[in-house]
Amino acid sequence: MSEFATSGEVPEVLFWVGCAGSFDDRARKITKAFVRILNAAKVKFAVLGQEETCSGDPARRAGNEFLFQMQALQNVTVLNGYGVKRIVTACPHCFNTLKNEYPALGGSYEVMHHTQFINTLLKEGRIKVQGGDFAGKRITFHDPCYLGRGNGEYEAPREVLLKLDAALVELKRSKQNGLCCGAGGAQMFKEAEPGAREVNHERSEEALAASPNIIAAGCPFCNTMLTDGVKHFNKEGEVVVKDVAELIAEAGEL
Amino acid sequence: MIVAQALFGVLLIAAIALFARNIRRVMRNINLGKPEIINDRKAERWRTMALVALGQSKMVVRPVAGFMHILIYVGFVIINLEVLEIVIDGLFGTHRIGAFLGGFYDLLIGSFEILAVGVLLACVVFITRRALLQLSRFHKPEMKGWPSKDAMIILVTEIALMGAFLKLNATDQVLAQRGIEHYTTAGSYPVSSMLQPFFSGMSDGTVLAFERFFWWFHILGILAFLNYLPYSKHFHIILAFPNVWYSKLEPRTLVSNMPRITGEVKSMIDPSVPPPEPATPRMVAGVEMTERFGAKDVFDLSWKSLLDAYSCTECGRCTSECPANLTGKLLSPRKIMMDTRDRLEEVGKAIDAKGKWEDDGKSLHSRISEEELWACTTCNACTQACPVNIDPVGIIMEMRRYKVMEESSTRPALTSMFNNVENNGAPWAFGPDKRMEWTAEG
Repeated sequence: MSEFATSGEVPEVLFWVGCAGSFDDRARKITKAFVRILNAAKVKFAVLGQEETCSGDPARRAGNEFLFQMQALQNVTVLNGYGVKRIVTACPHCFNTLKNEYPALGGSYEVMHHTQFINTLLKEGRIKVQGGDFAGKRITFHDPCYLGRGNGEYEAPREVLLKLDAALVELKRSKQNGLCCGAGGAQMFKEAEPGAREVNHERSEEALAASPNIIAAGCPFCNTMLTDGVKHFNKEGEVVVKDVAELIAEAGEL
Repeated sequence: MIVAQALFGVLLIAAIALFARNIRRVMRNINLGKPEIINDRKAERWRTMALVALGQSKMVVRPVAGFMHILIYVGFVIINLEVLEIVIDGLFGTHRIGAFLGGFYDLLIGSFEILAVGVLLACVVFITRRALLQLSRFHKPEMKGWPSKDAMIILVTEIALMGAFLKLNATDQVLAQRGIEHYTTAGSYPVSSMLQPFFSGMSDGTVLAFERFFWWFHILGILAFLNYLPYSKHFHIILAFPNVWYSKLEPRTLVSNMPRITGEVKSMIDPSVPPPEPATPRMVAGVEMTERFGAKDVFDLSWKSLLDAYSCTECGRCTSECPANLTGKLLSPRKIMMDTRDRLEEVGKAIDAKGKWEDDGKSLHSRISEEELWACTTCNACTQACPVNIDPVGIIMEMRRYKVMEESSTRPALTSMFNNVENNGAPWAFGPDKRMEWTAEG
């Protein structure tokens, strides 16, 4: 972003990479797939790089409002300093925080989830995908709580997935009734409380019951939880968990 | 006759006065919560109330229970028109004062009877479902004892009231057909006419005694039920409406801001910004309450959370959708609401007894454990499932805030996460210098 600022250019959108997208090995693949899509669509985008810091979502959900606001106010200062107007992110938690919670701290932006952004690129014809490789495959989509129930976006990821020539099968609990992967509310960073089983096992079992070839996710944390769940049932040889962006990048041979 | 009228008048006034007193008590309790102004987006609020409360849009997500609930609800609302007539007759010694409406009266009375049967049957199904079908959400730990009894009392009372109403009509018409003074033939009786043969063999005096008994049983039952409401989960029939009107309209996953902390953090980041003035203590129940971070007790929750607690009818749809509860964790969103309400009632009673609040050494945290609080994934399945837009996540968040910011109590792994966010700007132990490493990979 600072390079854009120096040259006086204005990027079309700021890609908010997020902590998972920057540091988590699995999520980095999603970041790179999304960047391939952005490049293919000739989107002039910027990232904050070292100036980006945690959105504060896990701190706030774990009850540490001081820490949340320290992160958030720092980010708002940076974003406002660059005059950022539009943000896209591949993480529904960053998406929710930036979109809904930053305005109260003086940061109002147009924030999109990457599935919404990809959907627009496809609709505008800026990228094209050949679904051929996916013909005959079964894909099921797991709704991230912070995208679906939280922000009412159920259709964008589905519209994108329908561009692949695969059969899109719905899970028993989907959309408004979607079952959490177990990572939200800062659970990602702690052990689960004592119980009969893990939430991600419950969800993965349900996803596997739809006998998909691919479980599509739209959140780096859901991705981790479902990948672990599929492994728990020893199905990692037959079923893969992939982000919507990865599937589109593959289909577009990007 | 005049004695009966006077007696009825006195009982009616007493019942209404008692109900008004109970409503004032509940409102006082709700206002122990933190003040919060909710009056934005009025048009949307009325629309939501029309759809969710009046239209029961979230009830029918489960079609069978939803349909039967609507049957009871419509029956209850419409049959109240008949209660109005009964009250007028009781006060003025008239008989079927609405009879002048002619054909329309026939239609009304006929529909009341059919609805009464509908209500009765739905209640029988609900009792059967609770007693025989072992639906797990009706048998969770928080439902043991009073909550289950409360549900049964409500259903049995409704059956008894509907039964009395139909038998009242049957005896009334037997008397009217015999030309007994005061009893006029009016209305149509599609259901109670079938009950008439049961009474037609009895003497005039016996039928009259039955008629009077059913009349008093029915109306006194209704007045008693009215005053049972504020002590019961059945209070939802009234509170559902304001509760939905005041419900959260923002995206479900938005967690509310704490402006006081914003002031403190701003002055920490920039020393030239003066720290915020300390919050002025609030007078609650005769004592000064200092503002806390998060919620220790009911006083620290928004009044809306307390209205939520009173509006909960313990249906358990939240708990049956909760991922934590589904996987055997201790958390049950319904229990969060019941605990909040029970604590609020406990506090209210103590204030009534002493005239002001005295710390009893207990709090919300005496009822809701850390294990419950830390099991929530904030997925909002509960807020989605609640037919009256109750928000258990809001309470959980406020209680977590108290634990973390006032007591520094959290799960060890979360402490590491906090340290990482504070030192590295990420929940993991990677520094900012590693943020762009992904660009170097293929």
